[in-house]
Formats: sequence, C-alpha cells, structure tokens
Amino acid sequence: MSLDKTTVAKIARLARIRVPEADQEKLAGELSNILKFVEQLNEVDTRDVEPMTSVVATTLKMREDVVTVPGDRDAVLANAPLSEAGFFVVPKVVE
Amino acid sequence: MTALTGLSIAEARDGLKARRFSAHELAQAHLDGMAKARRLNAYITETPAIALRQAAESDARLKAGDARPLEGIPLGIKDLFCTKGTLTTAGSHILDGFKPTYESTVTANLWRDGAVMLGKTNLDEFAMGSSNMTSHHGPVLSPWRRRSGNADLVPGGSSGGSAAAVAARIAMGATGTDTGGSIRQPAAFSGIVGLKPTYGRCSRLGVVAFASSLDQPGPLARSVRDCAILLRSMAGHDPGDSTSVDTPVPDYEAAVGRGVKGLRIGVPKEYRVDGMPGEIEALWQQGVAWLEAQGATFAEISLPHTRYALPTYYIVAPAEASSNLARYDGVRYGLRVAGSSIDEMYELTRAAGFGPEVRRRVMIGTYVLSAGYYDAYYRKAQQVRALIARDSASAFETVDAILTPTAPSAAFAIGEKMDDPVAMYLNDVFTVPASLSGLPGISVPAGLSGDGLPLGLQVIGKAFDEETVIRTGAALEEAAAFNHKPDGLAA
Amino acid sequence: MSEHLLEGATGPWEMVIGLEVHAQVISQAKLFSGAATAFGSEPNTQVSPVDAAMPGMLPVINRFCVEQAVKTGLALGARINLTSIFDRKNYFYPDLPAGYQISQYKNPIVGAGTIQIDFKDRPSRTIGITRLHLEQDAGKSLHDIDPKASHVDLNRAGVALMEIVSEPDLRTPEEAGAYLRKLRSILRYIGTCDGNMEEGSLRCDANVSVRRPGAAFGTRCEIKNVNSIRYVQRAIEYEARRQIELIEAGGTVDQETRLFDAAKGETRTMRSKEEAHDYRYFPDPDLLPLVLDAAWVEGLRAALPELPDAKKARFMAEYGLSAYDAGVLVGEQVAADFYEAVARGRDPKIAANWVMVELFGALNRVGKDIADSPVSAAALGGLLDLMADGTISGRIAKDVFAAMVETGKDARAIVAEKGLVQVTDTGAIEAAIDKVMAAEAQKVAEYRSGKEKLFGYFVGQVMRAMGGKANPAVLNETLKKKLAG
Repeated sequence: MSLDKTTVAKIARLARIRVPEADQEKLAGELSNILKFVEQLNEVDTRDVEPMTSVVATTLKMREDVVTVPGDRDAVLANAPLSEAGFFVVPKVVE
Repeated sequence: MTALTGLSIAEARDGLKARRFSAHELAQAHLDGMAKARRLNAYITETPAIALRQAAESDARLKAGDARPLEGIPLGIKDLFCTKGTLTTAGSHILDGFKPTYESTVTANLWRDGAVMLGKTNLDEFAMGSSNMTSHHGPVLSPWRRRSGNADLVPGGSSGGSAAAVAARIAMGATGTDTGGSIRQPAAFSGIVGLKPTYGRCSRLGVVAFASSLDQPGPLARSVRDCAILLRSMAGHDPGDSTSVDTPVPDYEAAVGRGVKGLRIGVPKEYRVDGMPGEIEALWQQGVAWLEAQGATFAEISLPHTRYALPTYYIVAPAEASSNLARYDGVRYGLRVAGSSIDEMYELTRAAGFGPEVRRRVMIGTYVLSAGYYDAYYRKAQQVRALIARDSASAFETVDAILTPTAPSAAFAIGEKMDDPVAMYLNDVFTVPASLSGLPGISVPAGLSGDGLPLGLQVIGKAFDEETVIRTGAALEEAAAFNHKPDGLAA
Repeated sequence: MSEHLLEGATGPWEMVIGLEVHAQVISQAKLFSGAATAFGSEPNTQVSPVDAAMPGMLPVINRFCVEQAVKTGLALGARINLTSIFDRKNYFYPDLPAGYQISQYKNPIVGAGTIQIDFKDRPSRTIGITRLHLEQDAGKSLHDIDPKASHVDLNRAGVALMEIVSEPDLRTPEEAGAYLRKLRSILRYIGTCDGNMEEGSLRCDANVSVRRPGAAFGTRCEIKNVNSIRYVQRAIEYEARRQIELIEAGGTVDQETRLFDAAKGETRTMRSKEEAHDYRYFPDPDLLPLVLDAAWVEGLRAALPELPDAKKARFMAEYGLSAYDAGVLVGEQVAADFYEAVARGRDPKIAANWVMVELFGALNRVGKDIADSPVSAAALGGLLDLMADGTISGRIAKDVFAAMVETGKDARAIVAEKGLVQVTDTGAIEAAIDKVMAAEAQKVAEYRSGKEKLFGYFVGQVMRAMGGKANPAVLNETLKKKLAG
C-alpha cells in the first residue's frame, strides 16, 4: 500500500500531530516503505486462526469496591501546564 | 573504573556485608565515575542526593546486621520508570519537567530491597528504537570502540543508557524494558548480560507504556548471577497491573551453577537468515559446542513463522503505541505548545514534542487501526502472532530452551542506519519472536567481532521458566569467559 | 401497530425511535480505579493517576461494577455473556484524559433483553434491548467560566457507566417516555443506578428517523445528551417533524448528531462534524477477557428483588387492584413497600386509594418524597383501622389525615384531641334526623312523592348538624327508614 499526501494528512489529523505540508511527501514515502515491509503478512494463511490479544493465559482479576485513592488535588494538578481554581485550563472547546 | 565500580553485584553484596567498604563509598565511587563519563550521555538525570541518602540508610542497616537483598547496591534506572519526585522523561521532549507523584512498582521493589538510585538512564524516545539515537536528550555513546577506528558507536536500544552505564562501570546494574529486544540487543552490543522476563513476570505499573502487550521490565548487569539477583527483587505479582501474573518468584540466583546437563536445547533453522555475518554464525555454533561439552543435547527445531515476526511486531507495537501515546496532549503534564483552539494545541504540542521515529510509529499505528484497514493489518497481525506463539509452544514440547544469536551484527556507528527506518528495525530480527510469544530471554556476551566489538548469544525459555534461561546463560557465560572491557571507560 | 402517525403534507408518517441510555453505576469506587464516585465534590478531588491518564498508569476492574451490570442485565431478562472483552474507543477530547475510553465493542457483557412498557388505555408493548455494556465516563468541561478557555474537572472521569441500547422499537414520544420511566424504575429497584437525570446519572441519546408506514427504515439522526424525560419527548417530536418537513420539501436527511436546545425546543447540528469519528476500536491490551462464573451469575439472579412487572402482577392478584393502580404503586419500590405495609391485614383497595390519592397528593403538596413521608405506613394503617372499626367516618378521616401530615402525630391521638370519634348512637342520630325532617317538611314530601335524589341532601343536613361525626352507615339506614315513613 502506498500512501499519498492526502492520506498522510488524514492520519496526522486523526493522530492530532501537525505535519507541515513540506514534510508530508517524505513522510508518505517513509510510511509507505514501512507498510510495504509489513504487508509480507499477506503471505501467511490465517484462516480459522483466532487473533491473539494477550500472551497471558489467565483472565481478568477484579478488585474490591473500596475507595483506595484519597482526593489529592495538588498531586493531580502538580504537573499541569496551566491550572486555575482547581481545574485544568485549555483553549475554549466549542461543541 | 575503580576497584569498587568494577565489582559485580554479588561481590559488592559480600563486600558490604563483610564491611570491607561502605555503601557510601560504593555510591560515591559510582557518582565520581558518572561525572567523568558524562561524554557517554548515559544518564539523563543524575540523582546524587538520593543516592547518598539511600546509601546512608543502607550503611545503618548493614551495621545493624539487617541487610536487605540489594542493600547498598547502586543502580541506574531507565528513564521510562516513574520515580516519585524525580524527573521522568521517557527520553522525550513531550515530558519536559514531568515529576511523577507516584513510584513504579518495579522501582519500589528495588528500594524495598535496599538498592540505591544513581540516576535515570537515557533511552530511545518512548523506548522506540534499537540505537538510543532517538532520545530528545541526545544519543548515548557506547564505551566500546572498534579496533579499526574511532567512530562513536551506539550502545544499542532502547535501553542504551542502562547498557552503556553498566558496561562503563558507572552503574552496577540497571533496569531496562524490553518490547522487541530493548534489553537483550543493547546488552549484546555493550558486552553485558540483559534479561527479558516472561511477559507478566514484572509489573508494568508506573512504566511509561509503549506497547502494552509486549513491554516487560528486566535487569541489565555484568553477569548472569547479577541479573538473577536483580530479577528476584524486580519480579512479583502486582494487583495494580491486570496483566501481571500471580505466580511465586523463585530464588533465581539458585539457578546459576545448576549447569545444563541433560537439558535439550533447540537451534531454530529459520534464524539462519540470509546475509548473516559469518562470525555470528560461527559464534552460534561455538555456543552449541560449549553447551554440548557441559552435557546439553541439541536438536534442530523449526519455528516456521519466524520471518513474519518483525512485520507482525511493526504492526502490533505501533498500533498499541498510537493509543498509549494519545495521552500526551499538553493538558495535564509535560510540554504544552499554545494553540488558538484545543485541536491546534494538541497538534502543535504533539508535533513539537514527539521525535520523528515516534511520529512515524504513531502514524503507522493510527493507520493500521483505522476504519477499513483494521482487518487487513491489525487483525491479521494478531493472527500471525498466534501462529508464532504456537510455533514456540510446539517447539518447547521437545526442547527446554532455544539458543540463537542476539543480534544480526555488532554495534554500528552513531548516525548509521538513520536513512531507512526499516533497516533499523532489522536489528530486532532475533529478539522480536520471543517478545511476541511473551517468553523469557537472556543475552550473554559470548565473544568479540573481528573488529573487537561484543557479540551476544540469546537463550529463550518457556513461559515462567527463567530458571532454565538463567542456568543455560550461566553455563554459556562460564564457557565464554568473556573478560573484555570497553576501552572507553573513564580512568 | 402504532396509532400515533404524524400527518405530513403528503400523507402519514411513522416515527422510528431507539434510545441509548447511559446509566451511572452506583458504587463506592470507579470502574478501573480506586477513586471515589460521589457527586458534587470540589473539582479534581476524586481523581486517581489512572483517571488522569498519568504516564504508566493501568486499569484494574472493580468487581462490584461488574456485578451491577450483570444484575441490570438479569433484571432486563437479558442474556449474560460469560466472556466479554474491553476495547479502547480512541478519540481526542480534553475531558477524556487518555485519548481513549475503555468501553466494550463487539463482545459486551450483556446481550439481548426486553422491557415492557404499559399504558393506561392500550395494551402493553414489549420493547427490545439490543445490549448493555460497561464503559468509563468522561470528565466534565466547563465552558462558561472564561470566554477564551475551558475548564476541565476529572472527578467524573472513570466512573462506571452502563450503556443500555434499545432496539428501534419505539414509535411515539410517549412510548419513549414510558420506556425511560420503566427503565429508571427497574434500575432503582435493583439499586444499580439512581436514575437522576438532573444530576446526570441517567443520560439519554435518542435516535430518530421517519418512514412511511410499512416502508424501510429512513436515515436516522442522533440527538445527544437530553437531560429530562420531558425534553426527550419534545426533542423526538421536533426532530421527527423536522425530518418530515425536510423530506416533503424534496430534501434528504443527513445522518448526523444533533443537540437539543431546550430553550428553543429545537434540535440543531453539532458543530464541526466534517469528519466522522474513526474510533479505531481494538481490544485493550492492558486488560484481559472478563470471564464470569455461571454459578456466580445464577446467585445474583436468585438474589434479585421482586421486579416491577412481577410485583404489579402480584398486586393485581393478591390485592385485586386494577392494572393501572398496581402500575402506579409499583413505580417506585419504596412506594410499593409502603403500600404493602399499609395493605397488610387491611382492605387492599381502600389502602390503595388512600396511598395513591391522599398520601401522594399530600406528599406533592409538601414537596416530599415517600421516603421522607411525614406519615409512616404504620401511621396511615392506624388511620385506616379507625375507619374500619367505626371510630371515625371516611370524611372525618380526611381531616385527621391532614392533621397527621401537618403535626406528625398519629391518628388516634388527633381523634382524641379533637374529639372526632364517630357517633354511632342511634338515639342521637334519630334525634338529629327528626329535627332535620321537621325543618324540611316540604322536601320530605317531595322525596316521598318520588324525588329520591333528595336523599343526599338529607344526609348532608344531618351530617352537618352532627358536626360530621355521624356514622354514615347508621345514618343512611336510619334515615331511609324514617323517610320511608
């Protein structure tokens, strides 16, 4: 699969990474190379093979319904680039 | 290197108990070495105050006869492990200034057992790489030099800082993480031992996530025994990690010296790849000979889907990474680049914060999960992964361990292989299959290349059979008697 | 099937409605973290590093939240999937810290079920439930604090939600309202969600399309986050008409997500939907398949309380109540329990009447819930007992009840205090009747010559003369005899 600039722009948008117009061609080439490399998998017969999502052979362990985390707002906001009155602050979001 | 920094963990443990030297002296010797070896750029953050405080506590306990398993042992911690109150960067610009308010479980285990933190070691950004050239904080230089020239070499990656620090004797041991080979390959390049445990053996809680179904913390050190000692402290079930397995932690050190008599070891024919350097093939055969001499029997085995491991990995890992790295958005921690809208803020922050390799992998990952491509790529890769795991499961019905080279070459020079990402990926060709299957693997330095650089051999074991991996690694280590040290050590 | 068709300019149209309800699970801690879930706390005081998607954090599932989802599935008569998978739903939004929501995509914990909705004046309808799955709630963004910025509170991020999806079986806004009321009632019965739409613990998205009766389904629009049952009904009504007008004018309905503007009573497009979300669902590699023990599930089934439908049927059988009355009483479990406590050992129909008319009316007036009723079930029962044993008449009882509501005292005390004991003494009643008859000779004559309607007049006069305390039965009997001559 060869990616063109438009597709690269679409993926960049989905991934929320600004890719300058000038970089799109080169990036398209690099990504296309990688895709070509991984497309070898088409050679493998995988009919009736269950996709493996985990190598761990056990099932989900559950925890008790107990509050174990005390409310520590200072810790929550400690690394925030911008916070105010206990909130994280971001540019205005319009619905 | 000094007398103290040249010791192994086992030797230091004895020396400290016998009060031949103090934990303070041991820590200080390492801190001095680190200062002299800054050229290597093995550390992103040095933590001398913490180290000396911990060393003082260790000395108090040693005096009281109350020593814990790692009392006073100075370690480097890969900067992927969250350490409370200490800068943790994952080698990325996007985590500038980030100081976790919590500790990873693995490092908490190390402090519980009395270890001393020298600093946070350098790594490929978000653990994505096999050279440690992608770090925002600059590449790590290997303390090794070729006989043929003076070019700066890579220590391997992504745990390049940890490997270089251990090799350069500016850490007695170090933590790393291994997702596709990031402990084993740098260990091989740097002439030290690196162990990737079974997936689920060590907790991933507090380790910055790259690829959740593959990431596994593990030790790097200068001997198999040292790795076993570190693993025992690092490992254990963690209810805070749903993929952590609840199985007892054996005394791994006891497996050292058990020998390989009667063990059946497999040599997978598919690992004999086209263009493999003759000296690596030769070393591999040497490894077979060494172990046979010690009583192991060998058989050729087939892992038919081996050549599909790398492409499988380069779909699965980026896919998981693209989702794991979505949280780096400038809102709650790290770098924020201002934007006139929330989306602009996201896009500019992530463009500025992520390096080119991370960007590539996030975009590949986003693509292979996207509508219309999921089945062809991601689902397909998960199916092939199942076949790869099936291959090993079959093989392990007839053998107890598998012997392979660790890497397809010795260390290359800084700046090499940067033109083609895929060329860089091929470094992991021998390590990735065990990652996909979740199996434990160790790399042991076995010899030098023609150009005087370390070459490693890998032993892969059954799930949760680190003991067989360790005893086989130890047998190799004994036979190889690898006593070479890098030239590029600080005086 | 549906009587409610909308009349368009070119003929009748049928509405097709499906509802997706997000119900916040009642639990102490969140679905995948140990932070607290209480509503209304100071911002960012109930946030664990997992909820804030700090680097290296991992989810661990809360067993009780799983239990609540299973109980809800059982109460909906749905299939419980013993193995289910958690998937990541990936998208960027500031109240979604990880950039993905842990949800369930193709393998939800609960499969198909049903809800029965009842009406006063037509047969019940069975509405299909497609599935129920567990997922994380997002945090909250506040946009009104600052014109140029939004403020993010992650307290709600990670709270367990059950997403309950109905089949597109609903055909009118009223049916949608009945569905929501019934669902809320069931959730409150089993204690898995408090159903509070104002606080946001129950949220509803409505999928609306229109079609000619009998035709294939039309294109649907989703109306998001409508926060009251009344608004849901209004939004559906508006949206259906909007689509009909659009189609009849020659246009086509675009599949889109819309918001309901409560002030204007209209739906409008959500801004910036140029790219549809590509959620890139994949199984969450930080979790493993959720596997439930069949015996455990059966244990939960056995421990379920009597549900509204079963209780209603029992009330009809045991207490002889009408379907409508039984339906009203079982709407809230607290009310049903209250009623039974009153009805036990007493006339159930009288009890029903007093609870539904007098008690509910009084609670409405004083603005209280039945849980905080100033008159307890025992107290109301006591009042009914005084009527049953003839101490007071029904008429007087109403006055006594009013006093009970106001003072909190019991019936017997009030009756004693106010001297309201009923007069059954035939002598006194006869005397009062004689007096009235003497004063109303004309009317007596009219009555005797056939104007039987005047009987009530005489009853009223005698009762008034006796301060309302005459035993009505004795009064009636005696009056009849005397008027007969």
